[in-house]
Parts: sequence; structure tokens; C-alpha cells
Amino acid sequence: MKTEILYRKGYYGEFGGAYIPEILYNNVHELESYFLDVLSSPDFKKEYDHLLKEYVGRPTPLYHAKNFSEKYKATILLKREDLNHTGAHKINNAVGQALLAKRLGKKRIIAETGAGQHGVATATVCALMNLDCAVYMGQTDIERQAPNVSRMKMLGAKIIPVHSGSRSLKDATNEAIRDWMNNTEDSYYLIGSVVGPHPYPDLVARLQAVISEEIKYQLTEKFNRSSPDYVIACIGGGSNAAGAFYHFIDDANVKLIGVEAAGKGIHSGLTAATLAIGKPGIIHGCKTYLIQNADGQITEPHSISAGLDYPGIGPLHGNLFKTQRAQYLSATDEEALEAAMELTRKEGIIPALESAHALAALQQLQFRKEDIVVVSLSGRGDKDLNTYINHLNY
Amino acid sequence: MNNRIEKLFQNKDRDIISIFFTAGYPNYNDTLEIVEALDSAGTDLMEIGIPFSDPLADGKTIQESSSKAIANGMTLSNLFDQLITLRKKTQKPVILMGYLNSVLQYGIEAFYAKCHECGIDGVILPDLPIEEYEMEHKHLAEKFNVIVVFLLSPLSQHNRVEQVKKAAKGFVYLVSSNSTTGNEIKNSHQLEEVIPRFNLNLPVLIGFGIKDKASFETACKAGNGAIIGSEFIRRIGQSENIKSTTEQFINELKHQS
Repeated sequence: MKTEILYRKGYYGEFGGAYIPEILYNNVHELESYFLDVLSSPDFKKEYDHLLKEYVGRPTPLYHAKNFSEKYKATILLKREDLNHTGAHKINNAVGQALLAKRLGKKRIIAETGAGQHGVATATVCALMNLDCAVYMGQTDIERQAPNVSRMKMLGAKIIPVHSGSRSLKDATNEAIRDWMNNTEDSYYLIGSVVGPHPYPDLVARLQAVISEEIKYQLTEKFNRSSPDYVIACIGGGSNAAGAFYHFIDDANVKLIGVEAAGKGIHSGLTAATLAIGKPGIIHGCKTYLIQNADGQITEPHSISAGLDYPGIGPLHGNLFKTQRAQYLSATDEEALEAAMELTRKEGIIPALESAHALAALQQLQFRKEDIVVVSLSGRGDKDLNTYINHLNY
Repeated sequence: MNNRIEKLFQNKDRDIISIFFTAGYPNYNDTLEIVEALDSAGTDLMEIGIPFSDPLADGKTIQESSSKAIANGMTLSNLFDQLITLRKKTQKPVILMGYLNSVLQYGIEAFYAKCHECGIDGVILPDLPIEEYEMEHKHLAEKFNVIVVFLLSPLSQHNRVEQVKKAAKGFVYLVSSNSTTGNEIKNSHQLEEVIPRFNLNLPVLIGFGIKDKASFETACKAGNGAIIGSEFIRRIGQSENIKSTTEQFINELKHQS
């Protein structure tokens, strides 16, 4: 797989690596030494596959959206990650990493969350597996994703509000990493996206790869072909996109489209479109593109969608962008809201605001009528009802 | 080439006081005033922090001083403008400490060249991997006579210690406990065990969690001295007079119990 070609260990092309303080060296090194063996061990696979099927509810449908297909004049298929237990793709990763943490003998899980979907997924698996759970969440996100905060509390997680910086995902990640530094021996950091120091981007991508694995065989069953013409997914850190792209990266016939959050517009100063305006640097222990000023200070991003409100991007995407293997578009807050409304009214599915960015890209692409287009519907919109109601005037 | 850090350890091998502070804090123009105050108060070594928006290894005090310094207008390039007259203020060794992203955006070669021009003797970048140091920094640091200092923690294992020993120069920065800056030292006895186990060929300064005479003495019993950051920053953050606050703080470390 091209995804595994590394010019040195832990890198995708020139991106990735582990830029971490010495205190974390042992933990990161321990994880790096064990994760591949654990992931490929028969007992892990058996338990992981069983939980994905019976607990998460996989495989998720690859739904042929007929009304959307008619409108966009191509076969539009929705990969229904929104139908997973807890409402998004995040649970695929949380289940896998929690099983890994148990095998490393850890008793306490630390997580960061933006939209709250990763926090909810982590709190859920911690309840299931009897692990202590601390979730860091920016104060801004706590306010705009209130239902998820309540869910996490009900599941027994301790929510730690973060007041530094923009009080959103970037700052929650800093605090989660600091907690890990202060509790290296008993705690496992369960990161929610394909970001952070190696091996996390690789680990999370492998756990999300189930998305493209299913797309492959579902296409074979339904359309007698194993690859689509397009895969479209939204990108904050980029975990659902990494999972949806994973098994198609080596197949040059599949167009891979990532959709960033443009916020108020990519040149408005209020954006989270990292690849559009960012430069390579270091964020959260990883060399990748990030939104920063000339002095290297990381700038506060903006997106209406808390899950995409991140000033960096996974190194896998950095490399797919640099090598032009994937194309990266962006959608504004406004366009995402419209796309969400359109899916709701045409297909009867209320998407998460994150996923609505992927849907918004359909307008920007020219399809042939025989094209098969898979859109990763990464999550459901229950958590965003307040935002929808405020913006759409009900 | 002689480096002031190496010279310091040739002349003194115990009770070394190294003070860390954030450039541009509490006020933009305080950087050199603090250098002068530390010099006359009898500090052996100074570490000037390059403010960064996302200082992962730092606790609240240094985080807040960093944000304030950035809000005051401090940047790496402005800091170098201030430091151009550094050697008129002190002849003691001075180290710049910060995060790798600041250096990458400034330009690696330009950074070491400017350090040399200002008379900076060493650099500490806690998130710089040793492999990357060897590929992209070492030849430039050597060319410009700047020592890159590496860190170890009490949990560092044999292979890691050997890797650091090979790359390290000047001294080794031993993190007192597994935590971010500004927390209490958890196990002081651990320090006395780890230093002999590491069998280092360089002096050791102990940092993170040193804040008063008692913790300073604990550190000095185990290593060659200590690095104090958060507590000093807290003091000058509340200070009316940098010079007298600094003198009093160093005095407390040395004498008063």
C-alpha cells in the first residue's frame, strides 16, 4: 500500500513523525512497538470484528440516494456512518483503541473532543469496558454541542472544560496531551483523528479503514465493480476521509475528494481550510500543514462545524495533497447548511454539519451520468439541531 | 571554538542555578532587563523562552506568560532584534528554549546564524527528535557554535539514554518527574537513583518542579544544579521592580531557608 511507504519510519512522504517532549517518549515508543502486532493478532481481530458487528452495528449501508442521484446526474451512494452506534464513524476507532489500551494494561482513558462525537464514542467504550474516562472539550464546543456533553456525562465520563486559546478542538488536544504527560503510567491517550505523533495517524487510519473495506465489497455486490469513480469525505483532522480513502489510495482510477471547512470563506480570516491556506509545520507532535502566522503561531480556525474546527490536518492527507493523489475542496458554513437542508428534504436524512461539507462538494464537481460517487456520511445531525434551528429559521 | 556553556561547567560543577523566563513577559521590553537582573543576582545560566501559541510541555504559568508575550507583540524575529545587544548586558551563557515550529518558520539555518550573531550559546527544543537534529540541525548548530541540549526523564530506558548520550553536548536536561512544567517533584529519591544509572558523560541540570530552596537542594544533591522557570515567572509577573524581585528570588534559593 502506498499509505505505508515511508521515507523514514513514521512518515507519509515528508509529513508525520513524532515531535514530542521526552516525557512522552516511552509511551509513544511502547505504542509504536506493539500496535501492529496487536492489530494483527487473531484474538484482537476476533474481539474487534465482533464488537463492530454486534455492538456498533456494522456493516453500515451503502445507500443509493435516488433523489440526489437524479439531481446530480450520477449514481450517488451514501456510506451511512451516521447509522453506527453513537451516531458517527468515531466509534470504529474508539472500540479498536480501547481494546488496545486494555492490552497495554491501562486503566484510564484520556480523549479530546470537538463536536463531541469522539468524546461520546470514547465514553461509550469506556462504559462498556469498565475504564475510567476523562474527556477534554473546549468551552466553546461545550456550549455549541450541549446534547453530546450530557450524553458523555450520563455515560460516566469526566468532562474537563478547556478555557485556553480558542477554547475548541486544538486547545482540547493540547490539554489532553498534557494530561497524558502527567499520567504516563496508568493512562492511555485515545486520540480521535488521524493526527498527533506517529503511530497515531497510522493506527487511526487502520481502524477507520473498515469504511472503505465495506465500500469495496458492497459495490461488488450491488454494482459488480469493486471501486467507485469518486469518494468524497469531509476533513477536519481527516479520520473519516482516511477510512473512506484507505483501500482506494493505490487505485488511480478512483478520484479522492476531501472537503475542508472554509468557514466564512478561505480568505476571510475565519476558516478551517488548512490545505487552502496553511503551511507545513508542527502541530500536536506531527509535521503537517497547519494554519499559522509568519512567526509560526498557530492561528485559531473557524468553522460552524465543531468537528472540522481544527487548524491542522492528518499527515496522510498532507501527503495526498502534496503528491496530488487526492483533490481537496472546501465548503463554507453557508454551503454546508444548505447541503444539510437539501439532504434532509430530499432523502429524509439529517446529516451532521461535518458530513454536510462533503455533500456540499457535489455542487462543485462535474459528473458523467455513469459515474458512481460515494459520499461518506460521517455522522448524524442530532447534535447539530440547535445550530440548524438557529440558522434555518424554524 | 569555546562555548560559554562548556566553560561554565569547566569552572563550576555544583549548585548551578539556571533561570528560565519567557521573552517579552510581563512587558515587551522586559527581556534584556531580566537578563541584566539575573546576571547581577548571580545566576549561572539563563534560558530565554520563545513564546509559542501551543506549548505542549508547559503547565499553566508558562502557557499564560507565552500568550501574554505573544499579545505584547513578541515574535522570534523581534526577540532577535532585542538580543542583538545581549552581550553588552551579560557574559554568562544564554540559551534559547522554544518549540520546533518557531524555528522551522524562521528557517533553520537563519535561526542558528542569528543565534551566533546575538551570542546565544545553546538551544533547547523539547519537541525536536534526535534523528531530525542529526539530519537537519547538527551541522548548522556546529557551524554557528550553538549547543543543542537534550532532555531525559526518570523513565528513559537504556536505549534512549544511549541515543541521547551520543547526541548531547554541554549538559543533559533531566526532567524531574513525569509531568508538564510547574508541577511538584513527585519522587526526589528517584532522581538520585536514575543519574548513576544513566552513567552520563556530561553534567546534569534538573528541571520541572523546582521552585524554592528545598527543591533546589534536592535537585543539587542529585545533579549539578537546577533549572527554575514557572516560579520565577510567577514572581516577576507580579513584580513592581524586576531587579529587586530577581535578587530576592535568587537570594532565597541560595541562602534563606
